[in-house]
Amino acid sequence: MIEGSGYTKLRIKMILTTLGFSLIPLVILGFTIYRQFEAAHTSKIIQHLSHLTENKRRTIDLFLNERLSQLMAIAYTHKLEYFLEDGTLERVFTLMQARSKYYIDLGIIDQDGNHVIYTGPYQTIRTANYKDEEWFNQVLAKGFYISDVFLGRRNYPHFIIAVSRRDGNRNWILRATIDSDIFDSLVQSDQLGANGDAFLLNAENVLQSKPRFGAKLLGTMNLGAYSRFPGVRNETIKVDGKPYLFGLTWLENKNWLLAIRDDPAEELTPLTQTRYMVWFILAGGFLVIAGGTILTSNTILAQLMNSEREKASLNASLTQSSKMASLGKMAAGVAHEINNPLAIIKEQAGWMRDLLGEEDIKNSPNFKEFEDSITKIEFHVTRAKDVTHRLLGFARRMDPVHDDVNINEVITQTITFLQNEARYRVIEIDTNLQKDLPFVASDPAQLQQVFLNIIDNAIDAIGKNGNIHVATMAVHDPDEIIVTIKDSGPGIPKEKLDKIFDPFFTTKKVGEGTGLGLTISFSIVQKLGGRIRVESEEGQGATFIINLPLNKD
Amino acid sequence: MDINILIVDDEADFVETMTKRFRIRKIPVASAGSGVEALKLLGEQEFDVVILDVRMPGMDGMELLRQIRAKYPLTEVIMLTGHASLETGMQGMEMGAYDYVLKPADFDELLDKVRRAAERKALNAGTKAGN
Repeated sequence: MIEGSGYTKLRIKMILTTLGFSLIPLVILGFTIYRQFEAAHTSKIIQHLSHLTENKRRTIDLFLNERLSQLMAIAYTHKLEYFLEDGTLERVFTLMQARSKYYIDLGIIDQDGNHVIYTGPYQTIRTANYKDEEWFNQVLAKGFYISDVFLGRRNYPHFIIAVSRRDGNRNWILRATIDSDIFDSLVQSDQLGANGDAFLLNAENVLQSKPRFGAKLLGTMNLGAYSRFPGVRNETIKVDGKPYLFGLTWLENKNWLLAIRDDPAEELTPLTQTRYMVWFILAGGFLVIAGGTILTSNTILAQLMNSEREKASLNASLTQSSKMASLGKMAAGVAHEINNPLAIIKEQAGWMRDLLGEEDIKNSPNFKEFEDSITKIEFHVTRAKDVTHRLLGFARRMDPVHDDVNINEVITQTITFLQNEARYRVIEIDTNLQKDLPFVASDPAQLQQVFLNIIDNAIDAIGKNGNIHVATMAVHDPDEIIVTIKDSGPGIPKEKLDKIFDPFFTTKKVGEGTGLGLTISFSIVQKLGGRIRVESEEGQGATFIINLPLNKD
Repeated sequence: MDINILIVDDEADFVETMTKRFRIRKIPVASAGSGVEALKLLGEQEFDVVILDVRMPGMDGMELLRQIRAKYPLTEVIMLTGHASLETGMQGMEMGAYDYVLKPADFDELLDKVRRAAERKALNAGTKAGN
């Protein structure tokens, strides 16, 4: 049998191998699918962000364009005198405001930088002069101007859009102020999700619109230095130590960078969820596989151990059987080898006896001694012979035969063997054998040996003048055959009754019996699955009762 | 006594002593140490009874028995065996042996059997002669 440690090693090897082969594909699968998902998801998000950024840019560009167009339309459809009339500007402004709430004020500035007419809430600037301002020169040169957001005189974040018109030899500027707040709401929108953000930066990273999170309007947000580039770029930028995904694009009408920051939660949540799910499934899978593996391994190993145990026990009984067989053969060989020398010794002694009869030693003083010695030699040779013959009988018993035995026939045959002896001693043997006695699956030779032994004992017990009664009958439940052998001998005293089957127990004189007969008989009957017992009372003879099972499978 | 006996056994001591014991009783006896030797002697003179050992090297007792019963059917055979097996005994009887005796044998018992065997031979021979 494999020792415990051998099994442990095997168990571990089994479990590890199975786990390895099961888990590695599982892990690879989970990992690969997760990565695939991550890539697809990320690409989708980037795509979405790009579209959003592009759309927003278009919106803002459109807005700026529209405002410019509107202002230009106003400036170029009327002469300056028209606007200088009282109330005209107000009228125009109200009209403008009716559809677009973005305008804070409107004013006209002459080529000297003076506000010639103004409508709006900040009346104080009427007296302002812009001649030295950069924008003033730019708008005269380029024809239009969009400013960055600034606080200015109004102390309120705003930016201006101005168009200039050359009227003959006169230049004048129509300038409108755009409300930053309302502009901000254009930039922001619901599309950004709960945590997304959008804002505009100028080339110096100064915020031109108010972001939802983080810095304030006109604060700086350093997203890195970007020179003007076409189209939309997606960048991951760290803000406050946290990385965010940005969509960046430059406006066409103004040198502003539109930055849309993706809602990190929206981006990450599905990925995180997926990651958890993968881990969960992996863990679950691992538990199930491990459980299954251990269960299977244990089952297999238990079977293995069982088989090994069975094999070992089969081997043991095989070894035992073959030992017994060789013992039997050896016993037979020994007995046979002893019988030959015994025979020779007997003959020698007999020869010496013969010679004693012939020679004239009869008168020698030692004659008697010679004779006695020879007698003793013969006597003990006979005693040894009895043992070897019993031993040979025992040896033969090693392999029981399974034939269909007719017990009645065996008994009848046995009695014929002993008939001469019995007749010589005037002992009558009568039988009462049940007709149609069922067959017994057993060994006829061994059964015969048993009956022979018991009836022989009965004859010896009676000595002379008596009878022996042998009967057979079949009974049910349990299905067996009962053989009774009753003699009219002296019976067996109570104290000897339970010793009667003991080996070498005999009531006969030395040399007359080996004491093995009943022992062997008992052993034979037991091996055939039956029982043998004796009932006797002193002076009442003895009855031997043998129960034999039918053994019908 | 007018019985002619042949003893066949490979154990020389046994054969020698048996021979002496028969002769001191004035029974003529010849001996052979093997089956081959025995058959040779049987070819030279008539024997009433053959006593043979079942286990012998070379030609074993059963084979010898068979040949004797085939060639000299009137000669009776008594088998000796140290290896008590019911099957051998029964087999021998079936093959025509007169009787079998287990070694070590009681000489008087053996003698008795020899006498009876010789009687039967005489009876058979007489009957045959009578035919």
